[in-house]
Amino acid sequence: MNQFQYVRPTKQQAAIDAVAKDATATFIAGGTNLVDLMKRGVMTPQKLVDINRLPLTRIDADPGKLRIGALALNSTVADDKQVRERQPLLALALNAGASAQLRNMATVGGNMLQRTRCSYFYDTTMPCNKREPGTGCGALEGINRMHAIFGFSDKCIAVHPSDMSVALVALDATVQVSGPKGNRSIPFAELHRLPGDMPQKDTTLEPGELITAVDVPDGPFTKHVHYQKVRERASYAFALLSVAAALDLDSNNNIKAARLAMGGVAHKPWRLTAAEQALVGKPATEESFRQAAAIAMQGAKAFQHNAYKLKLGPNTIIQALKTAASVA
Amino acid sequence: MAMNSEHDTPGTGPDEARRSFLKQSSLLTAMALVPGPLVQAAAAELDEKVAAVFEKIPLKLEVNGVKHKVSIEPRTTLLDFLRENLNLTGTKKGCDYGQCGACTVHVDGQRVNSCLSFAVMHEGKKITTIEGLAQGDKLHPMQEAFVKHDGFQCGYCTPGQIMSAVACIREGKADSEGEIREYMSGNICRCGAYSNIVAAIQEVKGGGQKV
Repeated sequence: MNQFQYVRPTKQQAAIDAVAKDATATFIAGGTNLVDLMKRGVMTPQKLVDINRLPLTRIDADPGKLRIGALALNSTVADDKQVRERQPLLALALNAGASAQLRNMATVGGNMLQRTRCSYFYDTTMPCNKREPGTGCGALEGINRMHAIFGFSDKCIAVHPSDMSVALVALDATVQVSGPKGNRSIPFAELHRLPGDMPQKDTTLEPGELITAVDVPDGPFTKHVHYQKVRERASYAFALLSVAAALDLDSNNNIKAARLAMGGVAHKPWRLTAAEQALVGKPATEESFRQAAAIAMQGAKAFQHNAYKLKLGPNTIIQALKTAASVA
Repeated sequence: MAMNSEHDTPGTGPDEARRSFLKQSSLLTAMALVPGPLVQAAAAELDEKVAAVFEKIPLKLEVNGVKHKVSIEPRTTLLDFLRENLNLTGTKKGCDYGQCGACTVHVDGQRVNSCLSFAVMHEGKKITTIEGLAQGDKLHPMQEAFVKHDGFQCGYCTPGQIMSAVACIREGKADSEGEIREYMSGNICRCGAYSNIVAAIQEVKGGGQKV
């Protein structure tokens, strides 16, 4: 591995300054993705700014929302009583990701910033516009079994790998950010971007901007929720495709509100707002879910090896909604 | 990808860099093994060269109850530090990419993959490795259960499995076979000793002993 400078500031502003003033510097928190990428030479930062001494681990149960510190561990959040009661979908998605060991290391901020697991991105002998802009996309006409069916460009067809982020986009979370120009809030749906002509840019964060917390607003989705993840073994694998589903049902089992998002299908966690709207006012039945799934899949387009996702997508949506609604 | 720093020579690929890293690591290990006065002499002689190659930073931590105060390159992973610097080779390097769990240790009581973090990030922490589980000659109950249930074949994944298994019970995630399998999924066993590993964990859990 390349050598690098290592600094461990205790003040947030010092950490931000260290990265903002040095284009070769990057933050490190849990390190579960960055260390991996550095070992493979995919990322070669010359300075690591270790933010683990910053006081950003708290989970605050505020009225109307949970504020989860960026350095709260995935395992801590998944086991947190308030999270499990107020945002069970988030706990389910967190526990679907990685392994117990990795969840003990990975932070909330780092989870949302993890890079794609596209094998062309990881293999430094292959072309990849995300890793080295201008070299082409190896996956476009290569082995694209794991790749996107929505929102891709001719420059990049990679998918975002986070499970947690699929739940957060469904739950209308907001990301709190601090940077050289001060603080700002980013709606979760706007944190990740589509590849377009700049696949090297995963997010809308500016240089030196640090995620400090994520806010998850209270909602009616405390009971009928499910995170359905389809992978090639029972546990500890990235999703081929996943669905976060949340329903608010009235006493007649009619749908008052719905939240739906998919993972493993796009360069960002993929919110399905049209399908959500189509569910409102409908009975919580398989027929309603089938109609919503058809709407969700509009505009999907497959490549040579991932056409299975065009079938797996709607089926997983239906299954997730059925489980969420407890419809057998 | 371009390689930076000292390794930035034409045609230098990751393998070349790795060899050079290994050479440097063994130099470090050699220095660690040489008796005190000699180290000082060697260090004095090598001072300039060492400073040019490594930018080492001080690190204090505790491993299996023993306090260590060392100076270390930031790029040394916790796994390499344990194996190469402290000679604690019970912790295994399987994939080295966080995919197999062979390197599992406890940091302040929590199980982690030691291959995926830098040693310098553990300043002030308490590390427990497989060598730290037994009390003298008395095996830890989980070690005894693995022996009894034949929870291994080749044994390479076993230290990681045992460290993970102990944590799994402490975390309260060993209440059923399904739960054990899910919360042990970060430890891969290519021999396929899973059913015996699950049996060992269930026995320790059922025995109600403090782990």
